[in-house]
Amino acid sequence: MAEQKIMLGNEAIARGAFEAGVKVCSSYPGTPSTEISEYLSTYPEVYTEWAPNEKVATEVAIGASISGVRSLACMKHVGLNVASDPLYTFSYTGVGGGSVLVVADDPGLASSQNEQDTRMVARSAHIPVLEPSDSGEAKEFIKLAYQISEEYDTPVILRTTTKLSHSQSVVTLDERVVPKDREYTRDASKYVMMPASTIGRHVFVEARENRLAEDANTLSINRMELRDTKIGFVTAGIPYQYVREACPEASVLKLGMTNPIPKALIAEFASKVEKLYVFEELEPVIEEQIRAMGISVLGKELFTRQGEYSANLLRRVLFGTTDAVFTAAEAPNRPPILCPGCPHRSVFSVLARLKIHAAGDIGCYTLGAVAPLNVIDTTVCMGASISSLHGIEKARGKEFIKNWVAVIGDSTFLHTGINSLVNMVYNKSSATVIILDNRTTGMTGHQEHAATGKTLMGESTYAIDLASLCRAIGVPNVIEVDAFDIKALEANIKQSVKGDVLTVLIAKAPCALLKGQKFPYVCVADPDACKKCGACLKIGCPALTKNADGTVTINATMCNGCGLCQSYCKFGAIAKVER
Amino acid sequence: MKSMNIMVVGVGGQGTLLTSRIIGQTALKAGYDVKLSEVHGMAQRGGSVVTFIRYGEQVFEPVVEVGDVDVLISFERLEALRYAHYLKQDGVLIVNDCRIDPMTVVIGAKEYPEQILARLQTEHRVLSLDAGKIAQELGNSRVVNSVILGLAATQLEFSKDAWLEMIAKTVPPKTVEVNQAAFCRGYGQNA
Repeated sequence: MAEQKIMLGNEAIARGAFEAGVKVCSSYPGTPSTEISEYLSTYPEVYTEWAPNEKVATEVAIGASISGVRSLACMKHVGLNVASDPLYTFSYTGVGGGSVLVVADDPGLASSQNEQDTRMVARSAHIPVLEPSDSGEAKEFIKLAYQISEEYDTPVILRTTTKLSHSQSVVTLDERVVPKDREYTRDASKYVMMPASTIGRHVFVEARENRLAEDANTLSINRMELRDTKIGFVTAGIPYQYVREACPEASVLKLGMTNPIPKALIAEFASKVEKLYVFEELEPVIEEQIRAMGISVLGKELFTRQGEYSANLLRRVLFGTTDAVFTAAEAPNRPPILCPGCPHRSVFSVLARLKIHAAGDIGCYTLGAVAPLNVIDTTVCMGASISSLHGIEKARGKEFIKNWVAVIGDSTFLHTGINSLVNMVYNKSSATVIILDNRTTGMTGHQEHAATGKTLMGESTYAIDLASLCRAIGVPNVIEVDAFDIKALEANIKQSVKGDVLTVLIAKAPCALLKGQKFPYVCVADPDACKKCGACLKIGCPALTKNADGTVTINATMCNGCGLCQSYCKFGAIAKVER
Repeated sequence: MKSMNIMVVGVGGQGTLLTSRIIGQTALKAGYDVKLSEVHGMAQRGGSVVTFIRYGEQVFEPVVEVGDVDVLISFERLEALRYAHYLKQDGVLIVNDCRIDPMTVVIGAKEYPEQILARLQTEHRVLSLDAGKIAQELGNSRVVNSVILGLAATQLEFSKDAWLEMIAKTVPPKTVEVNQAAFCRGYGQNA
């Protein structure tokens, strides 16, 4: 009997790519897509890498495909925006070896800055989209995606969502089958997208989509499940599971491919059921196309565009009831926070004291926006801290940004922050940029990047030196500081925000969760010396608890001994001792 | 059979994920269809963390809805209070009697609720223990989750040996013995 395993959706996608004979995978980490590349890197047969950003990753996959092998790029939904420049034209060139982009959407915002729907991008780029609804399907669908890619000469998007990527279900393992590398032949009419050849390829793209749309009607993963015909649902992905849970007797048209949609099959299904619903998270992508066919359907007037769906949502809307028995109790929120020993906390504590505004970026440091630190003013997208601060300076002048900095992590800086810094140098900025260099891609769970000296496959490599890089592009003032040296931080920040030259301050200290670190110290509060001033509590460290009498206790298991609380105690009531 | 619905809640970093995976693997070994749902990314940073495990002949959605939980396992008191309404009428609540202040409490914006266990006992069947204390007695503060799993296992259909075998397969090799001992202490609490 074939081996069965419970697998995370992302692990199953990696397994499917492995079984499909993928040879090259390039990605940038992003929740909820990160684990796909990590799992794939455990198969030595597949070359896997972290690229500095999704545009680069996609172009690497394009090159590998043109050369004749099966290739993969994985990213989160907002990563697809970064990759969309190559993506739209990749649709025109088509593939050599099969090529798939796995794009993970995040309805419900587990860890993202927006709730965009990848299917909208796929429609405008004319790229087919497959949507699995559990781990088993995830593995099979990505294999099918490679077949479709090669048969129709198109990149294919495998769309997953947080719930699929981060849920586990049973998968049956198969062998890896590597197709023969396709012959590479020089073909400017296919691969050189200048107007003369693009005109022809655009005709091809339209014909390809029409053929796919026709074939979608008989594609095995577009499946009609006829049960009670009073109610029929058109659905795909994880929402299919909610429909089966809440309405086990209802008929379902389960779409495995959501772009292009199978119009004849939908019309047939619609004719067989009395009332037709579309149950799709985020945008009404399927619904609007069905309406355009002149078929009466219910969708977003009942079901929200926001967040994740659930079986109880269906029950509530259709039957007016849910399974709830008890009512929820009042409980103080427990939002995510910076970890004990986090170097970002140290930098933010200084910014808070100096009452400095920060144009923020994408990473753990977004958590500096909430109480008690409250130092982040803006978060838009990867790299935007630097460029938006530049915009503020150009709009309002140097005087206005004398209490502003940009903060960006090391991995995010290499992703797209570097472009923004080039702009600052070129266009004569005098702003202050702080690179929070914690030697890893923290938020997504510690991935290597171009400045860590290690590859995804675990090999040693050249580590880009951030200070040298900044100097090389012409930043006049580059300062490296220990992120826990709050005196040096304070002095440098004070001076640079007022100064007339562009300054990059690199605050260095490894992420407290990074493997292999030793924490020889622990902080201990002396209740007798404590004056109950609360200064240490203002840094927002979860290891500290305020006692009923106003004194402070430090949880020894949680404390990493960074000593930041000690630095802020004027009365010497906190000691840093060896464990 | 209708599927068995388990919910594990706690604070990011407490090891709820590992516990969920052990439960899922044990159910798979017993021949069931199994689905689990986890939380990664932002919610791991000391935030409130929720995982679901469902098993049965055929399981559809990977999450458990409000009102459908058979066994709710909470690694912390406040989290038990926060999610107790997920329980079915006759569901069981397993609580680790431990307090971790959320940042809202640390900075004095909110009070940590009093008498949580007593309040929960008025509506639900509650089994609780201080897993941290037991783990310390065993000399390893990191086996808290195995103690809690032991208590929860008394409410699930699998044999003690099946659990011990799965723990041996799942935890780091050097810690198998102490994790198994921790499990047995939790299991014995309800003997």
